[in-house]
Amino acid sequence: MGIYVEQSPHIQVRHLSTSYGEHIVQQDLNFSVQRGDIFIIMGGSGCGKTTLLRHLIGLKRPLQGEVVINNINFTDAAAEQQRQIKRSMGVLFQSGALFSSMTLAENIALPLKEHTTLSDGEMSDLIAYKLALVGLAGCEELYPAEISGGMQKRAGLARAMALDPEILFFDEPSAGLDPLNSRRLDELILELRENLGTTIVIVSHELASILAIGNNGIFLDAESKTMIASGGPAYLKQHSSDKRVRAFLNRGGD
Amino acid sequence: MLQLTGEWLLQRGIPSIQPLLEQLSDYRSLHFNTQSMGHWDSSLTAFLLQLQRYCLANGVSVNYQGLPSGVQRLLTLAMTTHQRDDPNLNTAPGSLLNQVGESTLNLWYDAPQTLRFIGGSAVALANTVRGRAHFRREDIGLLLQDAGPRALPIVSLISFLVGMILAYMGASQLALFGAEIYIADLVGIGMVREVGALMTAIIIAGRTGASYAAEIGTMQVNEEIDALRTLGISPIEYLVLPRLITLIIMVPLLTLYADLVGILAGMMVAVTAFNISVFEYYVQTLHIMDINHILVGLSKALVYGICIAIAGCLRGIQCGRSAAAVGQATTSAVVTSIIYVVVSASVMTVLYQKLGI
Ligand SMILES: Nc1ncnc2c1ncn2[C@@H]1O[C@H](COP(=O)(O)OP(=O)(O)OP(=O)(O)O)[C@@H](O)[C@H]1O
Ligand SMILES: [Mg+2]
Repeated sequence: MGIYVEQSPHIQVRHLSTSYGEHIVQQDLNFSVQRGDIFIIMGGSGCGKTTLLRHLIGLKRPLQGEVVINNINFTDAAAEQQRQIKRSMGVLFQSGALFSSMTLAENIALPLKEHTTLSDGEMSDLIAYKLALVGLAGCEELYPAEISGGMQKRAGLARAMALDPEILFFDEPSAGLDPLNSRRLDELILELRENLGTTIVIVSHELASILAIGNNGIFLDAESKTMIASGGPAYLKQHSSDKRVRAFLNRGGD
Repeated sequence: MLQLTGEWLLQRGIPSIQPLLEQLSDYRSLHFNTQSMGHWDSSLTAFLLQLQRYCLANGVSVNYQGLPSGVQRLLTLAMTTHQRDDPNLNTAPGSLLNQVGESTLNLWYDAPQTLRFIGGSAVALANTVRGRAHFRREDIGLLLQDAGPRALPIVSLISFLVGMILAYMGASQLALFGAEIYIADLVGIGMVREVGALMTAIIIAGRTGASYAAEIGTMQVNEEIDALRTLGISPIEYLVLPRLITLIIMVPLLTLYADLVGILAGMMVAVTAFNISVFEYYVQTLHIMDINHILVGLSKALVYGICIAIAGCLRGIQCGRSAAAVGQATTSAVVTSIIYVVVSASVMTVLYQKLGI
């Protein structure tokens, strides 16, 4: 194995329209995410960030346009190819989405069993490590209903990272986390990018962490139903030509 | 100039803006006077917000100067958020005719999804036979335990009572000809060919089919199904298949048990009320009981099991994302499985009759 540098973007979105049935949420989205980016999807509540994420991870078919991942058209790929792409992705859902009938350890073991041939011993070592990374060491045998909302979120994160995916999608990872855990999460994200070269796509409202870790991103708007800015959050905060974007990134005080 | 007086409290309700609107249409601008107004709460701001929306839409300019400053600030806050214009939200139920039309259309739109689901399940089942499907073996154990042994008490009770009813109903007629011994034929063949499987299926639809829909529906609400998909695991293989296999095994077994209990109940009636000896009844039952009857009953049970598993899981997977949707999914699962069961029962009964089995 060697490190190779690929020039083409990791994720490319072309003329994408997202929708629920006939109800269009966002239209004509165009952007690309480079390898190793920490890409932030920003925008007001209800503007369609989660919906966009669901299209990016292949849960919903776009009304129009396409999502290209690793130069493969994810939208039209054959089933086996889609499975390959999905294996390279990890997703943290807004609600955590842990399997409620399984313990935390079984939750994390599921993707490992599905996609690797590790022995039980190796698997439990790996699970202990992933749980420790998110600050849940020793919680292997607990059920999701027995832990708090913030802990569920972190356990979901551990499951998303189980296979060391090439791309991680986070839907509001720091919602429900206390400031210290939120800070730890930022550090963890930076470490993942640093050490594994993971591409990270984050939906987030948490200004401090958006500005601290994001190096690229887009800004969605509910009224015009499309993206109204793209670029690094820190840059947009100072220099965006759009008043709404500056207002958002400065908490309303321009 | 609009004069607002008195106390504006929620306990007294919110006045309608309709009477005001009729007068308002003559004016181009609106001012407020609140000199003689007492305490106010959300009833005032809700009223004013309605008024303001109307004025905005009809080009009447509104001057807020006369309002208390707190009201002005709350109204400004309320108006700065964007009003959503989603056509989907205006789904008030229409007229009866309208609703009938819509349900018919839904039935039509539902069909491809149902067929795709059945096809997917069949493929998954074929994969299992070839040993290539992914699901947790330990799941099957738990599901079998829950669908089978735990259902024994209710199955015993129902099939005992049904066996008794069959015996009494038949016996009172047969007694007219002095042919009470044929109770054994009636109960035996009736239970084994038709009633045993049907009763078991209806119990399992209400008990297990409903629980499958609720369980999978809750997973849908909790985004667990989406999480499975993103892990590259097919929900059909992982969730539906174990349940399908469970019912394919359990409904026929429970049916055999129900047949036995029903026949025993018939025997009890015959012995106690119609002076037939246990031995006579036993011999008569053995005499008419043919392996064909048992196979017919079991084949029906097998089909019912498949129907219930498919209906329960399908409604669970189709479930929306709210607590109310889980309730609807459960109801709909029971109704759908009973319809599937009864329709397939009629088809098979006629078919077997025609084939002379
Ligand atoms: N299941 C659904 N069916 C129909 N419309 C939906 C559904 N889910 C969301 N919507 C609509 O789609 C729009 C976008 O929702 P989405 O969940 O993507 O917002 P969001 O940007 O993630 O908001 P938040 O930051 O609050 O999570 C909203 O207007 C919402 O009403
Ligand atoms: Mg969201």
